[in-house]
Amino acid sequence: MDINQYLEIFIEEAHEHLQNLNQNLLNLENNPNDLLVLNEVFRSAHTLKGMAGTMGFDTILNLTHDMENVLDAVRNGKISINPGILDVLFECLDFLEESINYIAENGKESSNNADILKKKLLNIINTDSVADNQNSQNQSGESLNDFQFNQYDENISEKAISQGMKVYKIEVVLNKDCMLKSARAFVVFKSIEKYAEIFKSYPAPEDIEDERFDNKFRIAIITSESKERIKKDIESISEIENVIIEEYHISDKVQPILSQEVAVALESKEENEEIEEHHTKRKVGKTVRVDINRLDNLMNLVSELIIIKTRLEDIDSDSKSQNMAEAVEYLERITTNLHDAVMKVRMVPIERVFNRFPRMVRDLSRELGKDIQLNISGEETELDRTVIDEIGDPLIHLIRNAIDHGIENKNERIKNNKNSVGNIFLRAYQDGNSVVIEVEDDGKGIDIEKIKKKAVENNILSKSDVEGLSEKEAIDLLFSPGFSTADTISDISGRGVGLDVVKTKIESLGGTVGVETVTNKGSKFIIRLPLTLAIIQALLVVVGNEKYAIPLNSIKEITSIEKDSIRNVQGQEVILYRNSVLPIIRLAEVLDVETSVVKDEEEITVVVVKKGNKNTGLIVDGLIGQQEIVIKSLGKYLAGIKDIAGATILGDGQVALIIDTNTIV
Amino acid sequence: MRTIDMSKQFVVFELGKEDYGIDILSVKTIEKMTNITRVPKTASYIKGVINLRGEIVPIIDLREKLNIEKKEYNDNTRIIIVHLNDMDVGLIVDSATQVIEIDNDMIEEPPESLNIGDQNVIYGIGKINDKIITILDVEKLLTA
Repeated sequence: MDINQYLEIFIEEAHEHLQNLNQNLLNLENNPNDLLVLNEVFRSAHTLKGMAGTMGFDTILNLTHDMENVLDAVRNGKISINPGILDVLFECLDFLEESINYIAENGKESSNNADILKKKLLNIINTDSVADNQNSQNQSGESLNDFQFNQYDENISEKAISQGMKVYKIEVVLNKDCMLKSARAFVVFKSIEKYAEIFKSYPAPEDIEDERFDNKFRIAIITSESKERIKKDIESISEIENVIIEEYHISDKVQPILSQEVAVALESKEENEEIEEHHTKRKVGKTVRVDINRLDNLMNLVSELIIIKTRLEDIDSDSKSQNMAEAVEYLERITTNLHDAVMKVRMVPIERVFNRFPRMVRDLSRELGKDIQLNISGEETELDRTVIDEIGDPLIHLIRNAIDHGIENKNERIKNNKNSVGNIFLRAYQDGNSVVIEVEDDGKGIDIEKIKKKAVENNILSKSDVEGLSEKEAIDLLFSPGFSTADTISDISGRGVGLDVVKTKIESLGGTVGVETVTNKGSKFIIRLPLTLAIIQALLVVVGNEKYAIPLNSIKEITSIEKDSIRNVQGQEVILYRNSVLPIIRLAEVLDVETSVVKDEEEITVVVVKKGNKNTGLIVDGLIGQQEIVIKSLGKYLAGIKDIAGATILGDGQVALIIDTNTIV
Repeated sequence: MRTIDMSKQFVVFELGKEDYGIDILSVKTIEKMTNITRVPKTASYIKGVINLRGEIVPIIDLREKLNIEKKEYNDNTRIIIVHLNDMDVGLIVDSATQVIEIDNDMIEEPPESLNIGDQNVIYGIGKINDKIITILDVEKLLTA
């Protein structure tokens, strides 16, 4: 079997399970008694183990196996969850993540071994459960109640009993000095199998085979033989110290004795219907995994279709055929729907990105000795897959900043009459044609004076330049390359590879970043991203003999003005428009179009575009109309050209440039 | 010794009276002259972009780039689309004539006194059948 074709699936799924584990362990940290969460953790670890086993990744297999042992011990009430255990489990997750990343890059397991972690896990079981172990050994003569059946076992038992068979739980204790425990166990299995069916064992059969058990094991069997006969049979085997047999009755199903923890968990379950619901919702719908490249390809084809549709529309306007008009209209409806459908396929909830932050916040706040609560909302907001893949790093950066620079030390917070627990809010929501992501903290806010000071120290600006800066301009300095206000460089942030990288990344995705800050109240970074990357509505305009596209979502309105109403204020042309001063820009001049005739006309067409709260009028020669356009990049060779956001292909095959309203105004 | 490894086949084209060649491995296609959309705020030798079967490709006027006197485009004018480092760029030439094979030892270092634009975009001078072909280094051409 060629393993490679499964490798991608393995990696993808492994990441999902790790994510799941991370999240649920965090939940478990907050509600150590929630059995549902514990089961979820167990399941994920188990699946991961199975997957690693299939792929032959032994280190992962063994480590997850040991994790499972610890989780199982917790589940059976032998040990209880404490921060120490969780820390070790988190360490294991980190190791697993590293291993899986290594596999993703190299196609094979790294040679790092997990012995230290395995030892830690083993220690947990041995030390924490020593007391219980002794207890259970003392009690072992009395009850097998903690050898519980799951739903599946119960079904089997019920069926057997209804057919007149008997179900027994058996515990076999071997002599302490028994040398070949697995061989002994094998003999026991063999002798019972003559007349009974073994349907469950603890530990699992393969563990017994590998001698991974103490000196006792438990099995559940279905048989028609009597208790006594079985007991006698087993006892006749040498090196057996003790045999306990209990008959299982259907009434046992309502387990009368539950360990305290389980009882508590059940209680809290009833109280927390909400949480319960949340857990059941986790069930995933039917999905198909598709390579993103195929979706890109599909998207390209749809783009082509839209271009040819536009072309047909152009032809249509020349012809007079009624049928043609109808057909083109129909085609237009279909392409629009097709485009929407393809876009939807590419949409992924932002949860995928947000999921990794709780763990990060937990680790960092511990490291820095700060108490921080992360509040996430809007994780169901959907974004294009390519954006999702890219947005993670900038967000990590902003959250790190918030933890390191934003939120104050506990003492400082208390001194300032704030709750000692700091808050970070991570919100996502859709706003018209864009998605907004906010990272807000209730920390000390951005120190404007400090920024100015640093700017002078780092020779970014001269002292006199800094004096004249407005608050907003000073904050904008944060986004300049190599800028850091941290006094000391920490592991977390302050190395100066900072907000400029965030800004560049967001802008490359066609988005914008803004900051709001209030001293001592906190600061908020607002990221605004376009909902779709590839296809937008745009207004086509004429400048001279050239055509340009202006994204419709940046246009506020279109108006025409008298040539004489243009005034000149300190070298900037403005008009008085709706009782406010509107600065205007002649596109022909900015874009060096020599053929523009607009200067000589009496009536001038102005497209009013908005950037944030600021409006600007763009003078054009004429309007062509609104059109759906496919955004194409100008490519690497022309990268970084100011004022142009890209290009598009018009219906007649001509290329029109898209005006970047963010930089032109 | 040459450090750059080049195939022996070159696409030969004309600029003025001279013959030039570029490595055939970097040539994607050769197109006829088509409508070029001007891109503002670029160097004057960048003529703009074209629609090449749905892709946007920037176009360079090679005469201007190499400081050779301008000439009106005509029916013989061709755009050689070269592909390098994941990007496509079109080069406007007077005409693309043929593909020829030149042995490596028939290619000489460019003479110091050679005087067309940037020296370093020239990979070497190829000689074949008394013809002299100036071989251009595409990578340097696009980064210089």
